[in-house]
Amino acid sequence: MRLTESFMLAFQNIRTAKFRAFLTMLGIIIGISSVMVIIGLGNGMENYMTDMFQSMGTNTLTVTLTGRGTSRELSVDDLEQIVAENSTFLQELSPTVTFHGTVKVGKETLDSTSVTGVGERYFDIKSYELEQGRSLRYSDMANRTQVCVVGNYIDEVWYGGRSVGQSIRIGGTVFTIVGVLEQELDTMDEGGTDDAVYIPYTTAARRSGLGTVSSFLVTITSEDLADSATEVLENALYQRLRSEDAYLVISLAQILDIMKEMINVMITILAVIAAISLVVGGVGIMNIMLVSVSERTREIGIRKALGAKERYILTQFVIEAAVISALGGIIGIAFGYALSSVATVAIEALLQVNMAVTPTLYSISLAFGASAAIGIIFGFLPARKAAILNPIDALRYD
Amino acid sequence: MNTRSAAPPLIEFRNVRKTYTMGDTVVNAADNISLSIYEGEFVAIVGKSGSGKSTCMNIIGCLDVPTSGQYLLDGKDVGQMSKDQLAEFRNEKLGFIFQQYNLLPKLSVLDNVAVPLMYAGRSRRERREIALHALESVGLGDKLKNLPSQLSGGQQQRVSIARALSNSPSVILADEPTGALDSRTGREVLGILRSLHKAGNTVVLITHDNSIAATAERVIRLEDGRVVFDGPANDPASGVHRDEVAGQ
Repeated sequence: MRLTESFMLAFQNIRTAKFRAFLTMLGIIIGISSVMVIIGLGNGMENYMTDMFQSMGTNTLTVTLTGRGTSRELSVDDLEQIVAENSTFLQELSPTVTFHGTVKVGKETLDSTSVTGVGERYFDIKSYELEQGRSLRYSDMANRTQVCVVGNYIDEVWYGGRSVGQSIRIGGTVFTIVGVLEQELDTMDEGGTDDAVYIPYTTAARRSGLGTVSSFLVTITSEDLADSATEVLENALYQRLRSEDAYLVISLAQILDIMKEMINVMITILAVIAAISLVVGGVGIMNIMLVSVSERTREIGIRKALGAKERYILTQFVIEAAVISALGGIIGIAFGYALSSVATVAIEALLQVNMAVTPTLYSISLAFGASAAIGIIFGFLPARKAAILNPIDALRYD
Repeated sequence: MNTRSAAPPLIEFRNVRKTYTMGDTVVNAADNISLSIYEGEFVAIVGKSGSGKSTCMNIIGCLDVPTSGQYLLDGKDVGQMSKDQLAEFRNEKLGFIFQQYNLLPKLSVLDNVAVPLMYAGRSRRERREIALHALESVGLGDKLKNLPSQLSGGQQQRVSIARALSNSPSVILADEPTGALDSRTGREVLGILRSLHKAGNTVVLITHDNSIAATAERVIRLEDGRVVFDGPANDPASGVHRDEVAGQ
């Protein structure tokens, strides 16, 4: 009863001095909306990165054999064996060989096209689907055939969608296109994922003059097991190579975790800096409440004479400060939302990156709670000053 | 004169002393005052400025407590009360009428009158009903929604009288109630106080003005913090001029 009374009085007082209340709120509005946008930005960045990493495959480990510190060598079969022995963690394997050689269609040179030597399970691992023709087979690996599977971009742009059966020159050798992959990205660009040629890794290894294959893609049974899978794989490699420098296992899931953590640290620091403006806003509220208390000294005296206890006066002023601050918080949240939408559009326009700035419910409730708390904390001192006023002096005050 | 002494006094000062320290000097604002006011009396406490009447009014009004001695209101020792108890007591026992009306400028007339009822914890509906009734009794039943600033001084003082009455107090304490009014509206306000007294209320009027003090039945004159006269207003020794009171 008394509390709703205090709320009504608070709203009444704020209404009679709207502009002043708004100016007081401004600090809170700016603080809350900037904290919201920053947290939203962090979320957007995290989501964007997660998406990107997932499209690259967070369920894969990349193994690179550097050959340093050891005279031992591992063959593709050795790797196959490691994967087979640790089937609880490791699933599939594909060697990968980056091939450096010019790609030519007729007389045109395709500068940006990537050529990769891959195993027959590579497309499964990457979850690339075949659109036309056939995939690469084990027999292609065994026989080092000169066939290739091309990305959708090459098929569309260079062969008008009829590339299967046609030939393409890679590093001076003529390859026959046996299959076309489905379009992978929303928009196909030169140099993108769809602008790629895949040849059997055995062929690639021979053509590039490397005797052995030193790079592998290994899938893990579950993304959650990334850490243990990495450890298992590293142990197996160490047992065989006896040198920690001889191999490198990179887990995208681990990298993603590390990057997420970095973003979180960065966002937390930024949010704390933005939150400083909330403290400034709180001081503004305290200031205006102190002014309000001295302006209303007589009112306080009257109320006390009429029977208001100290705690009623205290509650009234604390609630008034909290209401100003919470209203500022609500406006700040609305403003923060608007700003987030603007930021999303701006990022897309300026960086051509589709990154949605998304304030979470958590950050919103935190923002609101913080603003109300600031009102209560910074309103307390002025309210106490009002509450302990001597009624006789207060009544005489002009 | 206090023929009703069989009943305990409503207001009783027992050797009340109030001292203020101003720098190095100690001021005796109330110097060993003893007095009794009974239920249904109309008493004027009169004195020049510095006579201690404001101190008396503050003590009677439970806004201040004596330095020594006892003040009993309705048989209870106010000097022993906590601030909260004092606030409660002011709310229950006292109706204040101030020289400057002291209405809350942002509240409507009706809400102003309802303030003591709010602190008494009455429900919204009760508050409205009682305040409405009180305002009608002072002839302002048609100004409920007005702000105090939209009323004349006399009307504002009537609002403050309605407010003083709203919580049915034991004592109506009027501090220079006509001080800010012209003589005609002043007489009106005094008329209301008289009729309140006739209706059985205890009214204590604090004033420096003898002619206003003459409105009361009994006069307590203070000088330098001491009672120098306590008797009927029509006693020539009271020093108030009964004849000057017009409008009867």
